[in-house]
Amino acid sequence: MRNGSRERINFIIYIKIYTSVMNNNKTKNKALTGGAAMAEAFRQINPDVMPVYPITPQTPIIETFAKFQAERIVETEIIPVESEHSAMSACVGSSAAGARTVTATSSQGLALMNEVLYIASGLRLPILMAVSARALSAPINIHGEHGDVMGARDTGWIQIFSENVQEAYDNVIIGLKLAEKTMLPIMVIMDGFITSHSVENLEILTDEKVKSFAGEYKPEKFLLNLEDPVTFGPVGLPNSYFEFKIDQGKAMERVFDMYKKITGDFHTISLRNYDLLEKYKSDDAEQIIVIAGSAAGTAKEVVDKLRNEGKKVGLVKIKLFRPFPHKEIAEALKNSKSVAVLDRAMSFGTTPPLYSEIVNSLHGTYYELLITSYVYGLGGRDIFQKNIEKVFNDMINGRYIEEEKYLNSK
Amino acid sequence: MNKKLTQKFAPGHSTCAGCGIPAIVRTVLDATNDPVVVVNGTGCLEVTSTLYPYTSWKVPYIHNAFENAAATAAGIDAAQKVLEKKGRGGKKAKIIAFAGDGGTYDIGLQSLSGALERGHNFLYVCYDNQGYMNTGGQRSSASPYGASTETTPSSGKDIGNELYRKDLMQIVEAHHIKYLAQANVAYIEDLKMKAKKGLETEGPSFLLVLQPCTNLWKYPTSLYVHYGKSATETNFWPLYEISAKGGSASGGENVKYKINYTPKERKPIEEFLKGQGRFKHLFKPHNKKVIEKMQKMVDEKWEELIKRSKN
Ligand SMILES: Cc1ncc(C[n+]2csc(CCOP(=O)(O)OP(=O)(O)O)c2C)c(N)n1
Ligand SMILES: [Mg+2]
Repeated sequence: MRNGSRERINFIIYIKIYTSVMNNNKTKNKALTGGAAMAEAFRQINPDVMPVYPITPQTPIIETFAKFQAERIVETEIIPVESEHSAMSACVGSSAAGARTVTATSSQGLALMNEVLYIASGLRLPILMAVSARALSAPINIHGEHGDVMGARDTGWIQIFSENVQEAYDNVIIGLKLAEKTMLPIMVIMDGFITSHSVENLEILTDEKVKSFAGEYKPEKFLLNLEDPVTFGPVGLPNSYFEFKIDQGKAMERVFDMYKKITGDFHTISLRNYDLLEKYKSDDAEQIIVIAGSAAGTAKEVVDKLRNEGKKVGLVKIKLFRPFPHKEIAEALKNSKSVAVLDRAMSFGTTPPLYSEIVNSLHGTYYELLITSYVYGLGGRDIFQKNIEKVFNDMINGRYIEEEKYLNSK
Repeated sequence: MNKKLTQKFAPGHSTCAGCGIPAIVRTVLDATNDPVVVVNGTGCLEVTSTLYPYTSWKVPYIHNAFENAAATAAGIDAAQKVLEKKGRGGKKAKIIAFAGDGGTYDIGLQSLSGALERGHNFLYVCYDNQGYMNTGGQRSSASPYGASTETTPSSGKDIGNELYRKDLMQIVEAHHIKYLAQANVAYIEDLKMKAKKGLETEGPSFLLVLQPCTNLWKYPTSLYVHYGKSATETNFWPLYEISAKGGSASGGENVKYKINYTPKERKPIEEFLKGQGRFKHLFKPHNKKVIEKMQKMVDEKWEELIKRSKN
């Protein structure tokens, strides 16, 4: 299933490369894993500080980057910390000090950081973290899933999903700027193993382009500005805490416009187009699947197949998950007859996270009644085209059986 | 108040009357003329000095969480290094982390260990009031044997804390840093001398400073110097330094112990215990053995220290 979607992606990339080569003969086509591609974006950004701690399937990012550092290809201070809690704590220290700061993690590491994730966003520090999304213990499982990032969805971080290696690379470059312009930390998410360890063709921008796109990091207030001492992280009592949180919420709302502006600029240097959502043949679709991450590639294959059979089906792919573009979602789904939301995570005791968001987007409209929920791919379980095809056909036939919501489960 | 002493930490803060924390902070900050950046773990110092929209800090300051002052300092150290390398640095600042005993001996021990082992350039100051005071006086692994705390209350059946205080100095020493010292807020000149040495050290340095807590050791506010002094006069809290020329590179070679103060006549431990509410129960006849055991522990530790200082 993955090969099919990858061939399609490669084909698209091939066309894009062809056009972009016309514009800039230095743009390179490379075959890289998602991990190596993110490390490549980090190399081009040349961040100031990078606290690192190993965890599968994130480790190739920091290992690849460490080699760049060892060869002095980058001038980054790597801190090989003793835990992810300290990794995120050091990120807070270094970002507050005035340094452009990145790190990477997965799963248990992200869970261990949890406390400090809230502090990073509360202090409005634009830290960029690559997340190779993976299942959480118990039982321990190293494979791709969205349980870890969903567990961090209320930490005040921007969260952006990547479908493939190209997007993982692009999202690092877009995400860095988005974080720094909104003073919010960002998680750039790719699917563990499926994207992080698969070699795909992608287009790498020139170093100069990335460098000038990223610009210099110039925070307004920072610790090492010794002439203008500031207190970071004060006590906020009931008479002030509330307003801090309201401000943080407003900053999140500003992400949408900033994202549009930055992806617009990114288009100029890359010729790649990124919207808040990706709508794939969904405009006139009667049945739409909503999905995030790498399985969108598989789902697009299915859409193509069913379209050939004359079925009016389509796909909406989530890019930004935090903040969540409810308005755009409602707009994208409004002409459909039914919607199925495919989650790669559970939320025990309630409906799955992405499904809940979509219900929220359509709240108050009659479409709300037409949304069904499916869960797939937990702990790295494969999802096949036939599973997605079944979802579309169920929608077409007005059939939904609760017991069948766990796709490809036993 | 002395103007110089309030240049970096303002007199406006809300510590309890008779709290030794501000004196520790001021003495340490006063020990350098270089710019400083302060990191602070959650605890009494942090909550009493940063009540938004006010701050007592006239120097750059960051409070991150409870257990991560050392890791936060590590991030600042890395930032300072790389910004200088990239030509975006300013004047070099000394990085000083302050945290309580709970934030150091217990929940922050891993973060501290990591930062010491990696050799970051910072001074870590643990103000040790022997318990989780900000949350109301629960036991930490710095709480002494025999102390009644909120989580180890004494009763007819229990002596209070039955566990021995963790020997943090030995743990820190095992990281082979170049300089660490035990100090006491009641000996300000000694503390200042140690802060100076710590701040002049390349790489990590560490101070463990006794800070009697009027509120939760339960004695009248006017007596904090008295309890500080008697802790040292009884050898319960010796003042000493450990230095290693080579630091971690020497693998702990050339480690020198230096005792800074030897009481003319070691006072019995009761001198320190009596009058403190947390030890009141020990003076009941059936707890006589507990005091005897404490005395034995104090004397043994002191002998050990003397032995080390003669090497
Ligand atoms: C992870 C976490 N656990 C618990 C707390 C609650 N807490 C805040 S301050 C504190 C006590 C701090 O003790 P110590 O480090 O000795 O400093 P002191 O209060 O004595 O100044 C505790 C338990 C917290 N803030 N964070
Ligand atoms: Mg304490």
